[in-house]
Order: sequence, then C-alpha cells, then structure tokens
Amino acid sequence: MQRIGVFVCWCGSNIAGTVDVKKVAQTLGREPGVVFSADYQYMCSQSGQDLIKDSIKQYKLTGAVICSCSPRMHENTFRKAAAAAGLNPYMVEIANIREQVSWIHKDMAAGTEKAIILGRAAIAKVHLNAPLIAGESPVTKRALVIGGGIAGIQTALDIADAGFPVDIVEKSPTIGGKMAQLDKTFPTLDCAACILTPKMVEAAQHENVRILAYSEVAEVKGFVGNFTVKIRRKARYVKEDVCTGCGLCTEKCPQKKAPDEFNLGLSNRRAIYIPFAQAVPKVATIDPDYCMMLKTGKCGVCSKVCGVKAIDYTQKDEFIEENYGAIVAATGFEPIGLDKFDEFAYSLSPDVVTSLEYERLMNAAGPTGGTLLRPSDLKHPHTIVFVQCVGSRCDEKSEKGVPYCSKVCCMYTAKHAMLTREKYPDTEVYVFYIDVRTPGKNFDEFYRRAVEQYDVHYIKGMVGKVVPENGKLKVQASDLLENRQLHIDADMVVLAAAIEPDKSARPLATMLTASMDTNDFFTEAHPKLRPVESPTAGVFLAGMCQGPKDIPETVSQASACAAKVIGLLNKDRLVGNPCVAHSDELMCNGCSQCANVCPYGAITYADKEFRMPDRTTAVRRVAQVNPAVCQGCGACTVTCPSGAMDLFGFSNNQIMAEVDAICK
Amino acid sequence: MQVRNEPWKPLIVAFCCNWCSYAGADLAGTNRLNYPADVKIIRVPCSCRVNPLFILRAFQRGADGVIVCGCHPGDCHYTSGNYYARRRMTLLFSMLDYLGIEKGRTRVEWVSAAEGQKFAETMNSFVETIVSLGENKRLEDLRCKTE
Amino acid sequence: MEQQNMREEILFTANADPKKCMKCGKCSGACPNYDKMEYHPHQFVSMVQEGNVEPLLESESLYLCLTCMVCVERCPRNVQPARFIEAVRLAKIRQQGENRLKPQDVPELIDEDTPQQLLVSAFRKYTK
Repeated sequence: MQRIGVFVCWCGSNIAGTVDVKKVAQTLGREPGVVFSADYQYMCSQSGQDLIKDSIKQYKLTGAVICSCSPRMHENTFRKAAAAAGLNPYMVEIANIREQVSWIHKDMAAGTEKAIILGRAAIAKVHLNAPLIAGESPVTKRALVIGGGIAGIQTALDIADAGFPVDIVEKSPTIGGKMAQLDKTFPTLDCAACILTPKMVEAAQHENVRILAYSEVAEVKGFVGNFTVKIRRKARYVKEDVCTGCGLCTEKCPQKKAPDEFNLGLSNRRAIYIPFAQAVPKVATIDPDYCMMLKTGKCGVCSKVCGVKAIDYTQKDEFIEENYGAIVAATGFEPIGLDKFDEFAYSLSPDVVTSLEYERLMNAAGPTGGTLLRPSDLKHPHTIVFVQCVGSRCDEKSEKGVPYCSKVCCMYTAKHAMLTREKYPDTEVYVFYIDVRTPGKNFDEFYRRAVEQYDVHYIKGMVGKVVPENGKLKVQASDLLENRQLHIDADMVVLAAAIEPDKSARPLATMLTASMDTNDFFTEAHPKLRPVESPTAGVFLAGMCQGPKDIPETVSQASACAAKVIGLLNKDRLVGNPCVAHSDELMCNGCSQCANVCPYGAITYADKEFRMPDRTTAVRRVAQVNPAVCQGCGACTVTCPSGAMDLFGFSNNQIMAEVDAICK
Repeated sequence: MQVRNEPWKPLIVAFCCNWCSYAGADLAGTNRLNYPADVKIIRVPCSCRVNPLFILRAFQRGADGVIVCGCHPGDCHYTSGNYYARRRMTLLFSMLDYLGIEKGRTRVEWVSAAEGQKFAETMNSFVETIVSLGENKRLEDLRCKTE
Repeated sequence: MEQQNMREEILFTANADPKKCMKCGKCSGACPNYDKMEYHPHQFVSMVQEGNVEPLLESESLYLCLTCMVCVERCPRNVQPARFIEAVRLAKIRQQGENRLKPQDVPELIDEDTPQQLLVSAFRKYTK
C-alpha cells in the first residue's frame, strides 16, 4: 500500500476563487492510502515546495498528488521537489484543477466536485505508479540549420563561434534569403546588403560552418541529440568546388529569357546564373528549365568558355547523410499570392507591384539600377499609392488572405514612402492605412518623420478599387476621417502584401514531427517562456517561420535559438524520458505487430530461452524495446494482442484506474 | 453504486493526447472559455495510447460519452499515432454501434495546441449531444449494482 | 430604449456581426454609389453597432444602395455591410407600416426600356 500525500494549491485566487480548496483537501484526505493532505496558497513557491519536501520526509510518503495547474506548467517543478526529498520523481502525479476546473467553471459546487474527482483519479493512478529511472543517450555535437536567411546565418554563426560544427541547408543557390533582396532597412535606413553580406562572408569563411546551398532536407530520423538527416544536394550542373565564380559563362549563355527570381521576375537572367554579385557560395548554377544543352543537347557554350572546366551536364542529385544533435528551422517567409485580390489590378497592370518588388525597383542592384521607373513604360512615376494590409487581418471566413497582422508592413511602407520622397521630391505619395502599428525602438519616430518631414499623405481608409486606364491607375478609396471617397490618378500602386510561412515549412514540419498552427507557422514550446524551442525536443525555431517579425527581432531570436542549441550540444549525455514501452517476455509471443506500428524502430526481437513448468527449456522469440529510441507514444501497447506490451508512467492499469475513479 | 437523488448529469470521459489536445484544453482554460464540468480529462501521451478497453471500461462503469482527442492528421508528435487511433476507433465505434451504444456517444476530434476555442466548442457540442441522447444504460455492469 | 430595440431588430434581420469590423473603410472605398449617399456602408456598420440607428432610418441612403454586394465581396473581415443596409431598410419599411413604392406611382416611373425584372426587384426591395 502506498503512503500518499495530497497537496492542494490555491494558486492565489486562481483556483481558490472557484474551488473550495479546503473541502478538496479534506475529502481527498479520506481516500484510501492518503496519509497526509494539505492546502497552500502557492504550491510552486519555495515555501510550497518546502511543504511538499518536509511532508514527504515526515510522513514517509511513497507518492504525491499535487492538485494545481496543468502538468505542462509545473510537473517538472514538483518532480524536482520530490526528488530533492528522496522520492522518485515519477511517483508524483498532478491533478489539473486550474486549467481544467477553476478557469473553466464558474460554479463553486460543480468546480469543487470536479476537482475532487480529478484528485481521486490522480490518487488512483499514484497507487499503481512505480519508481522510474531515466535512461541516458549520447549527444552528437553538430547542429543543422535549415534555411540560410538572416535567421539561419545568425544562428549558425553563433553556434559555430561556440565551437560546434554547423551545417546550413539552403534551398536556393545562395544564402542570404529575403534580406539580400531588400534595399534599405528601417528604422536606420542602412542598406541591407551592407550589413548582410559581411555576415554571409563570415559564414562562408568560418571553419565550423559548412554551407550546403541548393540543397533540401529529404528525410529526418532519430530524436533529440541523435538526429540522422538525409540531405538532397540538387544538381547545379556546375562543380561547386571547381567553379571560381568568374561569371564569364553567365555573360556568354545565349538563353536570355529566364525570369530572374532574385528580382522577382522584374528582369530576365541567363540559363546559367549567379543570383547576385555577393552570392555565397559564389558559384554558377544551371537552370534546367531553360538550359538548351540540358533540354535539347545542343549548345554547350558555358562549357566551352569555362576556363576551369567546372561545367558538368551529367550531374545528378546527390544524397548525403549526416548526424546532428540539434536542428534549427529557419525557413522564413514569402509574400502571399494576390490572385484573390483582383480589385487591386495586380494581374492587370505591371505598375501594380508588391512591396518586395518595389524594394527591387529601388535597389541599386535591381532591374532598374536603382532609378525608380515604373515597369510598364520605364517612366518616372509622379503619384504613388501605397496600400497597407493587403491580405493581412482577414477574417478566416472570408477565404482570402491571412488572419494575422504581418507586422513589418507599416514600417517598410513608411520606409518606402520616405525614400521615395527623399530621392524624388516631385512625387506625391499616398499611404492608405487601417491602423499604423509601429511599436519598437525608434519605430514611431520613424513613421512620424515620414508624415512630418517628408509630407507623405497618410490617409485612414482602404483602397476599394484600382482600374488601369490610359496609362494611369484610377484608384478609388475611402478617407474615413474626412468622410469622403477619394479618386486618385496614380502612376504606380504598391501593395503591402501579407506575409506567409514559406511553402517548404509544412513538409519539413512533418519530417521533424514539429507542430504548426493553422497558418503554418511553427508552434513554439511555450508562447512566452520557451519562444525559440519547438515542442519537439531538439528542434529549435528562428525567424519568420515561427511568426511575423522584423530583422532586429529575427536576429535576437536567432541568437536566442543558438544559445539553446549550444546548451544542448554542450551536454555529453541526455537524460531520456523513462516513460517508455517495455514488454513482458513471458507474455510476448513474438508476433511482430508492435514493431510494425512503432514509428521509431525501437522494437527488436531476440530469441530467449525460457524454463518451462515441466523443467524443459524452450527458445521463444520475444520483443525488446530500446529505451533510448522509444519515445513513449504507446502505439505498440494497444496493438499487442497478448497484452505483453505496456508503457511506464501510462500503464494499462493506471489509465484503467483513472477511468474507474472518474466513473465512480 | 449510490442511489441518485439529484437530477441526472452526464458523465463524459475525454482522452486527450499530451502534445496537442491536452495543451488545447489548457489553452481553453487560460482563455477562460466555458464548457460543462461533466467533462473529465485523462491525459495520455498520444491518442494511439487509448486502448479500446479503456472506452469499454468507461461505458461499463457508467460513462455516458467518451471522446478521444488527438493532434490533427499529419501533426502527431509521434508522426503516425493519430492515424492508428483513427483506424482503431472507427472499428471500435462500429462495434459499439452493434452493441447498441449510439454513434453519438463516442467521438474522435483533432484539436491542436493552438485551438483552445475549438476544444471548448467541441466539448460543448459533445455534451449537448450526450444530453440529448440521455443516460447510458446499455453497457452498465449489473454486478456492480447494490440495489 | 426605442433605438435599442430597433438595433436588436436590425441585428437580428442582418444576421451579421458588426463587432467584426476593423474600420478599414474598404467597403466605402469600393462602393460605386458613394457620392450619392449621405451615410456610407462603413457608417451603417458602425452606427448600427453603436445603436445610433435613428439617423439611418431617416436617411435617403437606404434606397440608394444598389445591393451590388461589392462591399460584401471586398470586406476582409466578412462583416457584410450590405446586410446591415438591407436590414435597416426592412426595419424602416416595417416601422412605417407603408411601402416606399406605391403601385399608383409606378406608371410614371416606367418608360419603354424598363425591363420587367427591374420592376419586380424594385417591388421586392421597396415594399413590405
């Protein structure tokens, strides 16, 4: 018989406000096996924990039930307290009477009754608990960063500086990401390339960083500390280690009609290309969709002009396999497609551009060489209308756009407006806004400068219609504060398209078994307290893939993420989760059903000798679980036809006892 | 089994996977969303840990409804656990139907850690269904009756 | 109090939620008959939400809405402003107990090109 202590937490008034904690403690104190029960204001506080520790020692408790907040919150706290008092931490069970009772139910009587029932269930479970000892596993001291934008680069550099080798996997031919495409960055207006490219070079030259550009993650196996990742190195048709990046081939290539992704299709490039001058690695890549040699077998110009013979038309995709201790997802974002926003005439006129396209049009390395020319006739635009919140903050039922605020648009639109007025003071600039959201250091001052110094017309209201007519864009919008409808003949319209997570994030999340929210952003382990970790152990998050954020925030998150990774890689061994499956060899009949459902391959079979009742020995095939690999999902326990498989911490009997206690 | 004097209240057992639905239930609490106190949650590591026996036992002991909540398909923390749960439960529910347990008394729902609202809504609608179906007597273990 | 009841009635008829509005004004930005109207689609939504329905009931704007539904289509929050205008109009017709369009007025309004369908829809729109 266990000697159980029951500890009921008030959580200030959070629990005590709607649950009669005294009554809960008294009633549960009368349950069989309970030798001590108490209530206390804050069980998680130091004095609350001391109460638990002292009671464990004084009453020689063999189990403890804490009626408090969610086990996802404080299970570890109480387990540590129990361990400090010499009780096995897995002899502690939590009855969640805050998230599941006091915060949900307003009625004191019903709440108290439910709290008692949940307490009883926990007591019933503790009766069947057994002390568990966690196993240990080694840590591979190498990290993988998926995505080579500013988030990935910063994370990789910080990890590498701490002395651990890092691989960056980037799907495009160069690292740099979206930041490389930007012109200036708010609120200081320093040029993006000037601050990003030194970091790219630093990553390329760092002895601990290996850049796997033009590559994708194909398969992820393993668990925290011991991931095995298969990486597809896409065929560049150029030998990466031979190419010097001289760029001669990209000048001689006769195919000039390939759209330039780096300029978002605003200009064309050759079939063999280097995305931009500061690309890292600076290696040419052949676009197989446009290369005549690869498509028809006739051409081969690049091969002829290449002085170092780096071109290899026969290259195939290659797979490499590598072990990692930690994985960082830094997959970034894309602007949403605007096909559902026909009212802005994006598909009808080339002069209606997204903000990222405008960024390229302003950029000295962009398609217009930094002179602002509108795409249709390459003339200077004199009236520019900026529209904010295009696709952001949409209702889920409206079936277009995204429900969240994209966060960066207010600031970059202010930047665009300001830069435009600065360079071309003869341009009239209108910004249509719903709200101007500029929280951040020097952000609101920046926006006010756009209004006060640069005379940008900020108008509260939304554009309802854009019609291309005689080389102009007829913009119809509302001015809510003046209570009138505006009609503006604009030369260009710039849409602050909402941002969404990169398309590659969803399949990656499935491979990593990391959870995502309904918008395909990676979910963090805790929204406030563990913002850079995924709920999946060993997977960390940096940058836009976790939620909209600007460059300063991305960089801080990347460094925070690196700190977490370093903390993990610094450990020699990881203490595992002891709540793993185990098989009763006497009951197992070796049918292999459990191995079939195990997602981790943790189950193997061995032939074992058994003494039979008649004193003969028989050799039987039985299942054995590798506790370092098992993650404790329990799929095998339900599959097992003979009931030999069971799960520590969530055994059949324990859950059955909980069901019984609840249904009493 | 004690004699009930008070009006009948449904008894509902919810199995919630630790990673998504249990967190979703926590979020419902954090957001102070209401659902009836008749729902009692049992934490399991994954929806695939829910043995059909648990559900039968709950009905046997007088539960009026059982709901199994897991991660959305493709989001399982253990990659594929919720797919196993889905197949097992489909099979079990059709057998329960054969035993005379109405289809509405059992349910499988996918609730993610971000869907506190959905959790509360699901529980409200499930309790509503159970109330409309009334008390479950079909699988009660008569040996437990004292009167 | 009277206004409050009227608001409830309008909300019931409209079967839409004005609280979802984030005051972006896209409905009024898109409205093709904006200049003729005294109160504009976004004002219908916010005035019904605030319970300030009396001026709406007295306004000609009710009948100037073309029911083209562009505000419903454009609204990012799925507020459906046209439903509020429709609901206020219905409330007005019911409140007056008389129709805006009387049968004896019709012959004057007709010319040869008036499609039959327009008359039918006008009756549907302007009468109880």
